[in-house]
Amino acid sequence: MELIKQPWPWYIGGPLIGLTVPALLILGNKHFGISANLRHACAICFPAGIPFFNYNYKKEVWNLVFVLGILIGGIIASSFLVSNTPIQVNQNLLNNLAAYGITDYSSMNPPDIYNWEYLFSIRGIIMMIGGGFLVGFGTRYAGGCTSGHSIMGLSTLQWPSLVATICFMIGGIMMSNLLLPLILSL
Amino acid sequence: MDNTDFEIRSLDTMCVNESRLEHKWYHNIKYLIVGILFGIVFVKSEVVSWFRIQEMFRFESFHMYGVIGSAVFVAAISVWLIKRFNIKTIYGEPITFSTKKFNKGQIYGGLIFGLGWGLTGACPGPLFAQIGMGATVVITVLLSAVAGTWVYGKYRERLPH
Repeated sequence: MELIKQPWPWYIGGPLIGLTVPALLILGNKHFGISANLRHACAICFPAGIPFFNYNYKKEVWNLVFVLGILIGGIIASSFLVSNTPIQVNQNLLNNLAAYGITDYSSMNPPDIYNWEYLFSIRGIIMMIGGGFLVGFGTRYAGGCTSGHSIMGLSTLQWPSLVATICFMIGGIMMSNLLLPLILSL
Repeated sequence: MDNTDFEIRSLDTMCVNESRLEHKWYHNIKYLIVGILFGIVFVKSEVVSWFRIQEMFRFESFHMYGVIGSAVFVAAISVWLIKRFNIKTIYGEPITFSTKKFNKGQIYGGLIFGLGWGLTGACPGPLFAQIGMGATVVITVLLSAVAGTWVYGKYRERLPH
């Protein structure tokens, strides 16, 4: 049990994530792709006569159930399966973030950012509302996210997914190294 | 515009991908269970961590590259085995794969998503896990992502693909 409570190394977590692909295929010929759920949410709640949201979403309900599972998994893991040790990440990163007032490493996500008060600051609005918008807009424009392109697409050897994955990385590298420091100094 | 939409099976008039079986609602429970296990792995391997994502994009740790790389490796071997041995679903139906066609959206959209990933430290999967972990403020990130998807759908025809 103590072993489970420790953070899992990449060579345990990665292969288990990879096994999701054959699990979904064998359970019902379902293709791993999480961002499609954002589209299903639009199709269900406010299709507004837009052709892109006009499809039989009832056939995609399995995917909504799947992400509900991820949410429940988050509850279970954080309630029963974590030890309360601070996250171990590169000291350079921590030094760098400390300069922007992010000094609390007690949780996997910085409590200095992940709180409701922060949302009502300029930085919080950019990071959460702006960032969320970019995630939703970008994944659909790209036709998939890390699961659909980087894992499902790459594992079925589709070169458009490699292009998408490289672009995900370029965007992320630009944000973390160039833009995020500017946003955090606002 | 070309049909670049390879995701929604019900749009596929050929219906080659579609299960012909009518399933009762409880058949979805198996996806719930896979989702729960997947969510636990997400948290335990720290894929849901904003810190870990920053580390990755700043090339300060191998962890995330190891996670994604080994996930792709295991998935690719599994897919190869499924194809090689013609493995069927538990309902005895053939497993099919769709081909993704290239379009410029993968570049523009990819860059846009990358920026969002670096900012929020979360791709769509971890968003759900983070909410489950008690970071309720992430609900706003999720709602904003749904709004982003809606805006894309609304202006899709006018965007370069």
